Amino acid sequence: MATKVKSMRAGVDAFGRENDKYNKLSPELLKRMHHLMVLDRLMEERLIKMSKGGEGFFWIGGPGEEGLNIPLGLLAKKGQGLDYDYFHLHYRSGGIALALGAQVIDTIRQMRTVVTDPYSRGRNFVNHYAIPEWNIMPIAPTIETQYSTVIGSAIAQKKHGGDAISIVTGGDAGTAEGDFHSCLVWANRPLNPLPILIIVTNNSFGISTPYEGQHGEGDIANWAKAFPNMPGKTINGNDPIESYLALQEAMNHIREKRSPYLLEVKTSRLNGHSSSSGANRVGEVDCIKVFEEELLKRGIMKAEDFETTWTNCREECDRAHAQVKTEPYPEGDDIWNGIFVEGLDDTYPKKGGS
Amino acid sequence: MANMAQAIRMALHYGEENLGVTEIFGEDVGAPLGGVFTATQGLKTAWNAPLDERGIVGAAIGLGWAGQRPVAEIQFVDYIFNTIDLLKLAGNSLWCSGGRMPCPIVIMTPTGSGIHGSIYHSHSFDSIASKIHGMKVVCPSNSLDAYGLMLAAIKDDNPVLYLKPKALLRAKGAELIPGEPEDEKALKEMIDAPVGDRQKWKPRWPNLEEYIVPIGQAKIAHEGTDATIVTHGRMAPICLDVARDLAAEGFGNIEVIDMRSLIPYDWNTISRSIRKTGRVLFINEETEISNFGEHLFRRVIDEMFYELAVRPRLLCGKAVPGIGLSPVLEYASVPQKKDVDAAVRELLTEPA
Repeated sequence: MATKVKSMRAGVDAFGRENDKYNKLSPELLKRMHHLMVLDRLMEERLIKMSKGGEGFFWIGGPGEEGLNIPLGLLAKKGQGLDYDYFHLHYRSGGIALALGAQVIDTIRQMRTVVTDPYSRGRNFVNHYAIPEWNIMPIAPTIETQYSTVIGSAIAQKKHGGDAISIVTGGDAGTAEGDFHSCLVWANRPLNPLPILIIVTNNSFGISTPYEGQHGEGDIANWAKAFPNMPGKTINGNDPIESYLALQEAMNHIREKRSPYLLEVKTSRLNGHSSSSGANRVGEVDCIKVFEEELLKRGIMKAEDFETTWTNCREECDRAHAQVKTEPYPEGDDIWNGIFVEGLDDTYPKKGGS
Repeated sequence: MANMAQAIRMALHYGEENLGVTEIFGEDVGAPLGGVFTATQGLKTAWNAPLDERGIVGAAIGLGWAGQRPVAEIQFVDYIFNTIDLLKLAGNSLWCSGGRMPCPIVIMTPTGSGIHGSIYHSHSFDSIASKIHGMKVVCPSNSLDAYGLMLAAIKDDNPVLYLKPKALLRAKGAELIPGEPEDEKALKEMIDAPVGDRQKWKPRWPNLEEYIVPIGQAKIAHEGTDATIVTHGRMAPICLDVARDLAAEGFGNIEVIDMRSLIPYDWNTISRSIRKTGRVLFINEETEISNFGEHLFRRVIDEMFYELAVRPRLLCGKAVPGIGLSPVLEYASVPQKKDVDAAVRELLTEPA
């Protein structure tokens, strides 16, 4: 991995002493992370099942990104307005929303396109959040626009002062788009560097196209080499502790320096791109399995603890699903709500033709 | 009287002082140039962005979502085409979020022909803009409206695309902006940057007052009873001239409606006038084929067919890939005063 910031060899410090990174997080936090990762995974599996069963349509989401998304949501400064972190996310971010406090039932509502879907009232694909109370900006199905919109909230935060930052996530394939370069350039303007955590989750594929055949730049973090004041780092996102510590380091840097940080996170994509490719499980590294092995090895959690967590989370998804099945779909006339803030006047053309 | 660029500049200053505008940005928008048409000269919150239209529009959206009231500029509308999916995002974020995420931004950009700008400085965007549902679209034709529409756009909670007819940006207004000094030389000395070194220059702003042109409200620029012209932007003063000439000649009494807002548009004023005259001509400089005037034309046919004395007309740009640099080519592509005159005479003389 080409990085500007050297990672320590796992488990050993600069003097060769044992330095277990798991000791840097409390057992309570580790258990909480595990719970949220499992909940996120089971939520996604439920969504896939709904998509395949005709209880919704297209599915896209983040199985395999839990090792990044849960730590990210837990570390963020949550709230509304410029004193809190802003999120400009892509469509694999359910874990971030859950870690911030979102409820499983609301994502299931979006999958089923019911009117109670708080993120889009049945209008958008699943995992397309918009939560103004926590500064989660509307997620678009585009793979790149979030890298442009993040510039704006960061400008406002920089002027406002304080330590809040703007966070953007996207995939490796999206870095081919100009918006990614817009983000790099604007975040690094010498006249006004911006407090942006630029995250790229690199799962090695753009839909069906392998990364290595399209991108000659090697690690995406290499783009940071062009900007002397922006650290760039590549990490293993299948290791939630590595993710947690790297995110913490990056966020601390941005909060203090008020300038950007580029973080490339290598992750798995456990169910392919989306329902368009079948959403079947593939044989890539499973971050939850890896995490459980490490927790078990250290005696932080036991096998029966895992079983309890999986059972409880599955039951939560079951209850949510059962409830959502009783909820109504939007009325057709709902299409006219939300075009303009103040509504439409009587002369707005509504007939759809003659 | 202030020209349109000065009027916009004064409106933006009013916005900075009174309406919470904290970021005015775009290519060459800040010092020392203050915009290629000087519309942002001397503004305290104006700054230069990288030459990156997608970054400019994306930044504006992010600012709007974060509760700010930004005004961003695309230097020429010809360069806005690569931002269309971002404009779409601005227009749809409220709807897509089930009504929870407004995007109160202003994107302003010079539009249209008339300065011998050739293929990439003469384009119009009216029709495409009108397809970005959820975004409002305005286009003034004179300085006072330019001032009032900008204030309305800044105050609006929706995204507003503010089209500046570039051929009119140097045109002086006929009416004073509230607070504007009567002596135009005095105004120039107060707010126009000097030629040469501007490092120590600071504008002295007049004591401007709030003046709002409500978005969605057209203006009857010339009252008449014999025929209706529905137009906007650069074509509006040309139509007004023709209406005055024909009235002076005793040839006809034309009602000229200056739309000012394309989205939402003032159907009440348009339909009321057509009901009165029975004859209507839509005029704009956008190209034919899916022209915005064609939508209005169709609506007139649908809703007012039996109230028309003669068939409606559309006069607009030719459906060619660009505006040629040679004046002969430009005049052959975009309606000129003689074309307006001929179209109106034909409209007036067709037997009912």
